[in-house]
Amino acid sequence: MDRRVAVIGIGTTGFRAASPEVSYREMIYEAAVKAYSDAGLAPDQIGSFIACSEDISEGTSIFDEYCPDQIGGARRPVHSVSGDGLHGIITAAMNIQTGLFETALVECHSKVSNCIDPVEIMNYALDPIYNRPLGEHPEFIAGLEMRRYLYESKAQPKDCAAVVQKNRAHALKNPWAAYPANLELEEIQDSPATFDPLREIDRAHHADGASVVILASADWVKKNRVKNPVWVKGMGWISEDPGLEMRPWGRSIATQKAAKMAYKQAGIRSPRSEIDFAEVDDTYSYKELQHLEDLWFFPLGGAAKAVRSGLTRSDGKFPVNVSGGCLGMGNAAEASGLQRVLEIVTQLRGEAGVRQLKRVRQAVAQSWRGIPTTSCAVAVLSKGVNS
Amino acid sequence: MNGLETTRKETKLKKKGSVPQANVPSGPLLKRKMAFEGTPLSGKDFEQGKVLFTTYKPKLAYAWDTGRAIGRYLQGLKEGRLLGVRCRHCDRTVIPPRAFCERCFRPIEEWVQLQDRGVINTFSISYVRWDAVRLEKPTLPAVIDIEGTSPRVGILHLLGEVDPKQIKVGMKVKAVWKAASERIGAITDIQYFKPE
Ligand SMILES: [Zn+2]
Repeated sequence: MDRRVAVIGIGTTGFRAASPEVSYREMIYEAAVKAYSDAGLAPDQIGSFIACSEDISEGTSIFDEYCPDQIGGARRPVHSVSGDGLHGIITAAMNIQTGLFETALVECHSKVSNCIDPVEIMNYALDPIYNRPLGEHPEFIAGLEMRRYLYESKAQPKDCAAVVQKNRAHALKNPWAAYPANLELEEIQDSPATFDPLREIDRAHHADGASVVILASADWVKKNRVKNPVWVKGMGWISEDPGLEMRPWGRSIATQKAAKMAYKQAGIRSPRSEIDFAEVDDTYSYKELQHLEDLWFFPLGGAAKAVRSGLTRSDGKFPVNVSGGCLGMGNAAEASGLQRVLEIVTQLRGEAGVRQLKRVRQAVAQSWRGIPTTSCAVAVLSKGVNS
Repeated sequence: MNGLETTRKETKLKKKGSVPQANVPSGPLLKRKMAFEGTPLSGKDFEQGKVLFTTYKPKLAYAWDTGRAIGRYLQGLKEGRLLGVRCRHCDRTVIPPRAFCERCFRPIEEWVQLQDRGVINTFSISYVRWDAVRLEKPTLPAVIDIEGTSPRVGILHLLGEVDPKQIKVGMKVKAVWKAASERIGAITDIQYFKPE
C-alpha cells in the first residue's frame, strides 16, 4: 500500500463579513458542491467525512449531528473534529493511511456573524477558576504575548504594522477575501491601542465562509489518473502547556514542535531553502512574525527584518500569506486553517490568477487555535512527489 | 481552596488491603491515609461556603441566519401555510424544506404547499417538564407525518385537545393555528395538532 495522501479537490464560498442570505447548511453546501465538482467526484465516492466545529460557536450541542447533510455525508461515516481545519486535514490523511478509506472529505465553516457576542465565546475558553473571575476582556492575552514577543525578538510595533499593510494589500488580489485594503503604514500605526502594544488594526476581523477539501490515497490518484494532485508530505500537531501562568509567552513552542514533526515526515532539512511560500496564522499581526520564526524559516528577530525588506511580500523571495491571511481574508475560525490549504493547492496547481506565484513547488500551512490556546498544526504540501 | 480538605470527614477503610496504603508524610493536610472512596460533602458544606465556589453565568446569544429554505418555511407558517419541497430526482416530498436533497445532493427548486394535517408516526406522554418539574397534566410531543409527503417525513410538534389514553399511532390529526395577528413566523405559530 502506498501511504501517501493527496488533495484532489477544493471548494470555498470565499469569506465575507456576514452572510445573512444563506443558512450555514446552504453556505457549506455551496463549498461542498464546488469541491466535488473540482475533484470530479460524487458523495458516494467519499470514504470518510470530517467536519471541524466547536459547539459553542454554533450554539448547538453535539453539532456533529448537524454536519452530514450539507457535505453529502448523510448515512455515511462522518465524525467531527473540534480542531482547526489543519487538524481536519491531518485526521483525513490518517483515515486514508489506515487503509480503510481511499478518499476523505474535510469541511470547515464560520458563521461567526451569528454569534451575538464572540468575545464571550473566547472568554468562555479561559480557565473558570484561575483566570475568568478576573473579568478581563480575553484579548489582553494577545497584548501579553505581543509584548513578550517584541521584547525577545527586538521587533518593533511598526514591523507588525508592516504585516497588516502587506496582508491587507495581498487581499486586494484575492476575490475570496473580505477585508482587502491599501493602507499607509502611518495610519496603521495611528490605530488606537486596544491591549497595548496591540492596536485595533493588528487584529483580524471576523468573517463568515465555508471551505471543503477532498483527499485521496496515492493508489486512488494513480488509478484515476488525477491530473494535479497536491501531496500532503508532512503533518504535525502539538498542544503546549495550556496554563496562562506557565507558557513561554514570546515563542510558539507548539509551532516549533509541530513543524519539526512535519518536516521530519517530509524529509525537509532546511525549511527556508526547501519551502517556496507559506500560509501561516496571522489572527494578530505579531503572530505572523512569531510563527515564521517558530516554523524555523528565520532566526528570532529575522521575521521582522524580512517583512521590512519586502521578502515576505507576494513579489518577494519568500511570499507569506499571499492569500491575504486572516488580516486580509478575515478570521473564519476553523475555516481559516482549511483556507490556507486551499490557497496553497490553488497556487501549486497554477490556478491563482492575478496572485499566482511563479515557480512554486512546495509550501507550508500553519494554524494556531487562537486565544487562549497554545495548540498549533503544520502541514507541508507539495506539487511533486519528490520535490 | 483548602476548605475542601477541612470539611473531609475521617473515612475508615472498610475493606482491608483493597486500597493501596500510601506512605504519606505527616502534615496538616495529609494526616489521613489516602483512599479512593471519595470526599463526603453535605449540603451544609456548600451553603456555608466551606468548599470553593466559582459561579459564572455565560452570556451566550445567537441569531441564526435562516437562509433560503428555512426562511421561506417560516414565512409560510406566518401565513398559515405548511410549505414543503420536492426532489424530482428522488421523487421525494419533504418537510421542513431544504435547499438541497441530502440523498442525491442536488439542489431543490420545487416548492409545494402541503395540507396542514397528517397521521401520528410516534408520540410520548411526557410527565416531566424541560426543567425537571413533574407535571400533573402531561404534554404530548409527537411526530406527525404530513399528508402528501414521502414516507418517514414528518414534523415534530405537540398534540392537544385529546385524552392521552386515546392517542394511537396512525391517528389522523390536524393543525390548530394561532390567530393570524399572533403569528410571527415560527414553529409555534401552530399551537398543536388535534384529532380530526
Ligand atoms: Zn434527491
